[in-house]
Amino acid sequence: MIWTLIIVAGIITFMMRYSLIALIKPESLSATTKKVLTYVPSAVFPAIIFPAVFLNKNQSFQFNTYEVYAFICALIVGYLTKNTILTIITGLVSYWIITFLL
Amino acid sequence: MYQSISTSMKSKIFFQGFKDVLTLLIPVIPFGIIYGVLGLELGLEPWVVIASSFVIFGGASQLAFVQLFSVGTSPYIILGSVGAINSRHLLYGAVCSQYFNKLTNGWKILLSYLLTDQAFAVSLPYIKKNKNFRYHLLGSGFTLWFFWQISTICGVLLGNIIPPELGLNFAIPITFLALLVKEFNKIDHVVVMITSGLASLLLFNFPLKIYIILSALIALCVAYYLIKNFKRFAK
Repeated sequence: MIWTLIIVAGIITFMMRYSLIALIKPESLSATTKKVLTYVPSAVFPAIIFPAVFLNKNQSFQFNTYEVYAFICALIVGYLTKNTILTIITGLVSYWIITFLL
Repeated sequence: MYQSISTSMKSKIFFQGFKDVLTLLIPVIPFGIIYGVLGLELGLEPWVVIASSFVIFGGASQLAFVQLFSVGTSPYIILGSVGAINSRHLLYGAVCSQYFNKLTNGWKILLSYLLTDQAFAVSLPYIKKNKNFRYHLLGSGFTLWFFWQISTICGVLLGNIIPPELGLNFAIPITFLALLVKEFNKIDHVVVMITSGLASLLLFNFPLKIYIILSALIALCVAYYLIKNFKRFAK
């Protein structure tokens, strides 16, 4: 039972990744569609980010937490530097400073 | 069709993909360990937990899978959740399809299997600009794959070896934030990001975790609206 489920889950996950790569012919995409697709990272990642930062374990909003403060630090540094690694370091280090020192 | 390139060039591009993805491993490794520990705690056999990381290879969906399975959820709901959580990859596939059409089917299958959020995000700028992008995606994707397998095995065999006080699960949203910073001075992208984020907070309690794909689709509709109504975004 568990093995069947894992294999089917694996096939579903693989098909989510593979199906459109296999099916879409690039010439069939309109210029507008291609332009909309350039927004995919900006459209997907915040839906992963926001609940992890702004919802607590009871799934209600939280604004006064270490996570939110550290997130804002990372956001500011990210905006000013446009640097991926610096953003990650700022987020983590500010989280550690806030939790261990304050 | 393929321009042939030297093995040293291939390994150079592969190594570039490896290097580009390194910082993103900060949350991946503890997440894999936690997944391994949790899988055992929820009553799965060690081999089942390890195999699930190999077969499914998608952290958030694996977590939902073992949590739902352990409480005796119906198989349809379990598989529906895995499908809903991973449906965002359809969008990555649509983006990649524009560049992958000249690859052999073998490469398409291999790169699809390795196409996680992080590999997609890290390799996308390279994919857009370089013909030999497949080695870059192979480098980033394989690196993530390798550390996901190793960390799952570590969790299964060694238990929780990373102290939770380090807050490394907080590194997940931070790395995704870091993947977006290059677009922060484009107002259209910022509008799309805020739309998606607010939608995800409002839709979070919808069944089967469909909030990710729903929020993304809403945000893409906003992107479509911006392109159609403001000439400066349409270029």
